Amino acid sequence: MSLDTVKHSAETPDSAQPWKELGLKEDEYARIREILGRRPTGAELAMYSVMWSEHCSYKSSKVHLKQFGDKAPQTDALLVGIGENAGVVDVGQGYAVTFKIESHNHPSYIEPYQGAATGVGGIVRDILAMGARPVAVMDPLRFGAADHPDTKRVLPGVVAGVGGYGNCLGLPNIGGEVVFDPCYQGNPLVNALCVGVMKHEDIHLAKASGAGNKVILYGARTGGDGIGGVSVLASETFDSTGPSRRPAVQVGDPFQEKLLIECTLEIFREQLVAGIQDLGGAGLSCATSELASAGSGGMRVELDTVPLRDATLSPEEILMSESQERMCAIVEPDKVERFLEICEKWDVIATVIGEVTEGTRLEIYWHGEQIVDVPPRSVAHEGPTYHRPYARPDWQDALQADDAGKLARPVTGEELREQVLALVGSPNQASKAWVTDQYDRFVQGNTVLAQPEDSGVVRIDADTDLGVAIATDGNGRYTKLDPYAGAQLALAEAYRNVAATGAKPLAVSDCLNFGSPEDPAVMWQFAEATRGLADGCLALGTPVTGGNVSLYNQTGDAAIHPTPVVAVLGVIDDVNRRTPMAFAEQGQLILLLGETREEFGGSAWSQVVHDHLGGLPPAVDLEREKLLAEILISGSRDGMIDAAHDLSDGGLIQAVTESCLRGGHGARLVVPDGLDAFTFLFSESAGRAVVAVPRSEELRFTDMCGARGLPVTRIGVIDGDAVEVQGEFAIPLAELGAVHEATIPALLA
Amino acid sequence: MARVVVDVMLKPEILDPQGQAVQRALPRLGFAGISDVRQGKRFELEVEGPVDDAALARIREMAETFLANTVIEDFDVKVES
Amino acid sequence: MTARIGVVTFPGTLDDRDTQRAISIAGAEAVPLWHRDNDLKQVDAVVLPGGFSYGDYLRAGAISRFSPVMGTVIEQAHAGMPVLGICNGFQVLCEAHLLPGAMLRNTGLHFVCRDQKLRVETADTAWTSDYVPGQEISIPLKNIDGRYTADERTLDELEAEGRVAFRYSDVNPNGSLRDIAGITNAAGNVVGLMPHPEHAVEPLVGTGRTDGLAFFTSVIKKLVNA
Repeated sequence: MSLDTVKHSAETPDSAQPWKELGLKEDEYARIREILGRRPTGAELAMYSVMWSEHCSYKSSKVHLKQFGDKAPQTDALLVGIGENAGVVDVGQGYAVTFKIESHNHPSYIEPYQGAATGVGGIVRDILAMGARPVAVMDPLRFGAADHPDTKRVLPGVVAGVGGYGNCLGLPNIGGEVVFDPCYQGNPLVNALCVGVMKHEDIHLAKASGAGNKVILYGARTGGDGIGGVSVLASETFDSTGPSRRPAVQVGDPFQEKLLIECTLEIFREQLVAGIQDLGGAGLSCATSELASAGSGGMRVELDTVPLRDATLSPEEILMSESQERMCAIVEPDKVERFLEICEKWDVIATVIGEVTEGTRLEIYWHGEQIVDVPPRSVAHEGPTYHRPYARPDWQDALQADDAGKLARPVTGEELREQVLALVGSPNQASKAWVTDQYDRFVQGNTVLAQPEDSGVVRIDADTDLGVAIATDGNGRYTKLDPYAGAQLALAEAYRNVAATGAKPLAVSDCLNFGSPEDPAVMWQFAEATRGLADGCLALGTPVTGGNVSLYNQTGDAAIHPTPVVAVLGVIDDVNRRTPMAFAEQGQLILLLGETREEFGGSAWSQVVHDHLGGLPPAVDLEREKLLAEILISGSRDGMIDAAHDLSDGGLIQAVTESCLRGGHGARLVVPDGLDAFTFLFSESAGRAVVAVPRSEELRFTDMCGARGLPVTRIGVIDGDAVEVQGEFAIPLAELGAVHEATIPALLA
Repeated sequence: MARVVVDVMLKPEILDPQGQAVQRALPRLGFAGISDVRQGKRFELEVEGPVDDAALARIREMAETFLANTVIEDFDVKVES
Repeated sequence: MTARIGVVTFPGTLDDRDTQRAISIAGAEAVPLWHRDNDLKQVDAVVLPGGFSYGDYLRAGAISRFSPVMGTVIEQAHAGMPVLGICNGFQVLCEAHLLPGAMLRNTGLHFVCRDQKLRVETADTAWTSDYVPGQEISIPLKNIDGRYTADERTLDELEAEGRVAFRYSDVNPNGSLRDIAGITNAAGNVVGLMPHPEHAVEPLVGTGRTDGLAFFTSVIKKLVNA
């Protein structure tokens, strides 16, 4: 086929073009023709189609995501907000932290190892592109039923991919989640978070300005990886084969990425770049158009200078290739030589592929002929916006009316004992050490707390012991019952987890995993969840700094539970004061903070014992969450509490079991007045935590709670080698530990 | 251009858990009658110029010092037209 | 005097900065060394740190072993300079034949990250003199190719000459022959082990223990008293 140049396209306005196969709608194709005043060339069509896909343009979601900006709380902490590669938060002492969570769901179902690996690689480059040294990663993962044969294919591959890539980069993996539910069968959720640290003055932005500045592509050579991957894999169901005749699976090379990190950090140290962007989804199409669009607009690229791994690639394919481990930098001419020297030092291939121009058009040439001539904003930032119809599904009322409070409850001590063991040994509540022991949590030497602690805590300055804490949480069951409340419960849990370790929550990143936006019921879930999250962030004073939307997580008509995964980042001035979860000191008192109500809708107990999902999720009280967080932070700062653990899925007995096993001591518990043993142990009321307090601090601590109006109840003491509920049952720690730890290895070994 | 292939295998006495994992999977996948699996590496070298005795000797040296670790691995050099 | 201890960075090395920090905490000066330089900058000892140099491609340590810096390290090791190889560094030392044997894929085929109990078998090396033979220590282990292997004759020789430096003590995490976690050369100046002492030097981070610090204090004492 001959080259489809700009000149040729103007001369042949009526040539048929495969816009439909590339995933464009008729009106979108018409708009491209209107923008250009002619039909697009093949290369232009490829660029628009991939950049206007759901994955890159957020066309279905952006009318709702706007709330995160409109309702953003006032805060001085935010240095860079939504819109850049990742948000940047001021954590004091001249330090800034950037963090973001993203999805790599569909690729991980098709090829679990590479899908998960390249998911880690992508989010790490996003953080690097902001100017930060990546310091930790986390991976919230969701799979189908634990005993489903396909879970045995997908999960070990995903875990090995996360570990294989992250371990090789030298990034400690400090938290995350592993959740099983049949709704994720065929649609596993592989979300990846990265956090990076820099000084304020090191913040870099993705923009190309200054005519004459050079455009440098550096990192891996470009091959046929994932061509069409973005538009086909991320925005349609798996049934579509799309236009690609090349493999859609991208293969990661973590060694190359490690070199890219060190090389880029050295380039930053010498202040050699005016703008920088990583290459992720949509590859060069995305990087060139976004850089030009965010800058003054003009850029000229000689596409035939791009180093290739496969010499047969067409210009369209080079533009769409998603080969991993590549970055694009804008460099002043007199700094190019030094830039290339540093790349050579790290064995990283770097090539000048173009320059910033005076004009306002992105122009791309292939062997001297112009094949792209577009206004870059129209590609990168002015894609279509859909106002998709949404409607509360007609089954929602029946679901909420199916009250979990009506389920048969255990009555005798023996029944309680049996159900406690069933709970702590159930796949979702069992120990995830089989997974997390495949991740390096020690590298970089700054890990203060890592999973299964409430949040991961890393030291960012060894002289002052300044640190950050991060937790990710999401509960698809709650969100299915009430999307607005479910999103707020995810936020509240992550916020509480950060505070439980003694850190002050500052900012939020979110990964919104939903079904098809073409289904009004799914779109309603999305609208409600985003509204809930935006309102919740406003109430808690923690702005959303960025994130990611993953739609079309469904097979046929069956969508996953709506699953907003929320990451909260907090700061702790002195990591020596962090609060761990372990009950480590015999004789210390166990106090329950917050109020316990009869709330079982969406609970772990209703799932494990009755395989039930119905009713309403626990009530949300964000003012209470703020108060609880303040108490947990004060308790940590003033040395009043030695352990803290948030209460969430599985309720109090799950939290106490985890803290006892972690500390190697038992607990004697007494059911408080006004509560029955079942509600005490299994309720999932929000806004609660358990703390361990030395006897000498009890009065000071309870006085503080009383003065600020937080309910506090003494429920027992750390003692012995069993978890005992007085008058009901006792379970030896060894038995609890065996049940808690055996489940996952037995399912996956 | 001629191609020389270097096959590198773990020595017979060295435990090969990857090969064993493959072997254990075979019956599950319906492939019967395989009594042992060992996994190795294959290097394909495109050689410039003639593959004479001197060239082969250099390739054997390369295999012995670099491509294989003779503490744990054996190697075999073959000329493929 | 302050001892100067070099830490080599190969492409893909990960624990180099952590090792430098551990050396500083122990009271010596940490000197970064680059794989392309054959100059050791007058250091008194060298640590080859952990990581995935060259991505563990070909075999762990196999490509790094031929880097310019290793030429000098091998020469100096033969002349008696203390050299410690941690994890990937141990793999490099074996590939360089400064230590016998080789490392293979863990029997469980997974990467293993855990707080590992070890028994110190000898205090007669440059890097273990601050320990007591038989002492139990606990330091992080994190690798996928950690299964130590050598032929029977070599293993018998190591045992007979007291050159097994560390053994895994509660469980053998990777199938290493005779539970070997670390070994020394005959002169006692070159030591390699899979677990990471540099991640057990501060009570605040890592496992919260400081059992690894004695590696660095041992060598510093030897260098300062030399």
